[in-house]
Amino acid sequence: MVRAEKRNSTLLPSPACGRGAGGEGASTKGIPRADAPSPSPLPQAGEGRASADQIWSWLADVPDPEIPVVSVVDLGIVRAVEWEGDDLVVTLTPTYSGCPATAVIAFDVAEALRRRGINSVRTKSRLSPAWTTDWIGETAREKLKAYGIAPPAGGARCVGDLKNPIVECPRCGSTATEQVSRFGSTPCKASWRCRDCLEPFDYFKSF
Amino acid sequence: MTTAIKTDTALFDLALRMGDNALILAQRVGAWCGHAPALEEDIALANVALDLIGQAKMWLSLAGEIEGKGRSADDLAFLRDARQYRNALLVEQPNGDFAHTLMRQFLFDAWHHPMLVALKSSADKRVADIAGKAEKEARYHLERSEDLIIRLGDGTEESRQRMQTALGALYPFAGELSAADAVDADLAARKIAPDLGDIGKGCAAYLKGVFADATLNAPESAAVRKGGKQGLHSEHLGYILADMQFLQRAYPGATW
Repeated sequence: MVRAEKRNSTLLPSPACGRGAGGEGASTKGIPRADAPSPSPLPQAGEGRASADQIWSWLADVPDPEIPVVSVVDLGIVRAVEWEGDDLVVTLTPTYSGCPATAVIAFDVAEALRRRGINSVRTKSRLSPAWTTDWIGETAREKLKAYGIAPPAGGARCVGDLKNPIVECPRCGSTATEQVSRFGSTPCKASWRCRDCLEPFDYFKSF
Repeated sequence: MTTAIKTDTALFDLALRMGDNALILAQRVGAWCGHAPALEEDIALANVALDLIGQAKMWLSLAGEIEGKGRSADDLAFLRDARQYRNALLVEQPNGDFAHTLMRQFLFDAWHHPMLVALKSSADKRVADIAGKAEKEARYHLERSEDLIIRLGDGTEESRQRMQTALGALYPFAGELSAADAVDADLAARKIAPDLGDIGKGCAAYLKGVFADATLNAPESAAVRKGGKQGLHSEHLGYILADMQFLQRAYPGATW
């Protein structure tokens, strides 16, 4: 599905790269949804082709297939956007090695850009640096919480520490919470419960 | 990609060994899906298997690239016979009861994690990149395995006895993972892979500590069972492959 990386050309800078990617840069204010009719598809080659900023903002509208409340940009999955001649190349990084959503994400990204009139889109995979939840910005963390998923706590270095991080219940805000299982409904989540409001919830593992 | 360049057979073997360990263990662990003793454990086993399948895909893709004959990860997974598989004997051992499945996983994770940490410094960037990705997952697997080994070892009389039986049966297979052959020596000399002896020493010390906490006794004088890394497998692998490869063997090239 994702073609092998062959060569590098000039990388366009991400407006939202570095720590906290997807936070401020992922704002979708004023950007038409991908499923809305596009008023005038942009030409794809030459001086009129879409800018990097424009493409990043379009991708900020592509939801994660498993957790649609956040976008693929919010999660730090989109690593680079670059033109190679008339081809637009989008570099993605997998979250977990075996996450079944990876192939769907590559498809959704290409499809969303085609809807914007960019017909020649290639997606490729980059493993390094390995994806980390530290790339999930503040805005996205708030979105996860509002959706009922406790956002990653304590920084990625606590993966594998036998001591669990302090996780706030996304419903009542209590920190009297405990892990039920290290694994959950998707590779990126663990199952937790709140000892105050007694509700079970998903925790987006710090990774 | 590369034409007329001699295949780096040692590097090819490394990618196959790492990939085949992950693939065969994933196939074994995946068989628990829907059968584990508790829902949480069912989900955990399926997730561990999924991570390992993802890692197998990365390693086998790299193996195909190194070989340079156009074989994909799928080609390598579905169209090789047992003699061409390079996984250690440990990972093909049967699931047995839950204690055997956990013990096999723990013995593997206890080696897999430090091995991947070391491979992050590989002189081959492709190897280092895959290791960097897989190491985080392996660390999470090890954390779960260690916790369960201690809880069930230092648990009820029955759970302890089952864990002890599993350890007695599986411990002889653990040594193969750290037993270096000429391929490993070549890779270590070129800084592509670590000295397996060092990994083995660290692993043995770690296991000793965990087994003490778990009140279990490892049969340390048992002879090491090996051969899988060179393609000499137990009878179990053929049955695993028969299951796993059936579709591609019966309907070559089938896709959906």
